[in-house]
Amino acid sequence: MQGQSLSGGLVTGEDAAKSLDRAPLDAEWPEQLYRVLKAAQVRQVSYVPDAGHSALIRLFAADREVRSNVLTTEEEGIAIATGAWLGGNRSVLLLQSSGVGNCVNMLSLVTMTRTPLLMLVTMRGEWAEFNPWQVPMGLATAPVLTAMGIRVMRADTPRDLIETVESAAALAFEAEQQVAVLLSQRLLGRKTW
Amino acid sequence: MPASAISLDRRDVVARLLARRDGLLIVTGLGSPTYDVNAAGDHDGNYYLWGAMGSAALIGLGLAQAQPDRTVVVITGDGEQLMGLGGLATIAVSNPNNLVIVVIDNDHFGETGMQMSHTGHGLDLASVAQSCGFAEARTVRDIAGVEEVARALHSPSSGARFFAIKVKAENPPRSLPPRDAVHIKNRFRAHLGLGTI
Repeated sequence: MQGQSLSGGLVTGEDAAKSLDRAPLDAEWPEQLYRVLKAAQVRQVSYVPDAGHSALIRLFAADREVRSNVLTTEEEGIAIATGAWLGGNRSVLLLQSSGVGNCVNMLSLVTMTRTPLLMLVTMRGEWAEFNPWQVPMGLATAPVLTAMGIRVMRADTPRDLIETVESAAALAFEAEQQVAVLLSQRLLGRKTW
Repeated sequence: MPASAISLDRRDVVARLLARRDGLLIVTGLGSPTYDVNAAGDHDGNYYLWGAMGSAALIGLGLAQAQPDRTVVVITGDGEQLMGLGGLATIAVSNPNNLVIVVIDNDHFGETGMQMSHTGHGLDLASVAQSCGFAEARTVRDIAGVEEVARALHSPSSGARFFAIKVKAENPPRSLPPRDAVHIKNRFRAHLGLGTI
């Protein structure tokens, strides 16, 4: 019934859960993350592109079980997540730290309605940052989220990340919490200019 | 068209759109559209917004993607849609054929003292939606057009649709639905057979 056709193979949540224990860590963390989100039965993904999320965006784009939405600005994803949950779907929002600032008022939507929200935020402006324009929002990301009533979790290593996202997904979808997982810039690696 | 030529009454327009309800799921933008939809008859399939300006159409998108067999109608105002203008681009990429955006367009920010909005200054929202790639997008100015939109809500489409309905700039007496957001969410989900946690 939807207009968009997506290419690629079908991966089920069950397959993803089974393969979780077998895949190697570290270099393959985006694939691990994808399997965790599949195991959590995520069916809709919204994103503003970021280099740190590029592999995950590609994996979801090739997944016919999941609807992907490219956004013009990050707060759109808060609204889409709300509509998804109203209709019975779990979703995830992928964004960069600079985009958290765009979301501030819209976060009242998920806290007022107590709608599950899982945001994966790639951090800029902290570890070996070259671009000073990334620094202000990088410093403000966690305080802004906290001020709006969003639970903030942070991952500095690939292993941390997988366990933290598993935990955040459970908190969001089982306990109707609003959770942001910050992927540290150290984990993502230094950007080459 | 000069403002004096606009004769449609917003409450009458919304009542006509929802006269035949069937399985429609309704999302309302904050302010007058929320009151208009409540005035047409409260319903478990109504999702009312009291805030989060700019979110209505995108909540409609998320819902339409999650419920592909139901028609989702977003009823919002020109000011609310203008705050989420980029969302029209996002919706058009997905282009779900079960999503209809209806803007009750009075050319003004009615809730805050009737300041003129961008549509009052000449911006054509239907043209924006058309440019973004909606399957159908047009402006309606008379009762015959409203009745056509009401029928369209129950007709198949090749993609997302957008209708701007020009109405008189006035604030009818407020008709207030519940503003307990968790209650409205759970009531709506129960209407779809979905449980609470």
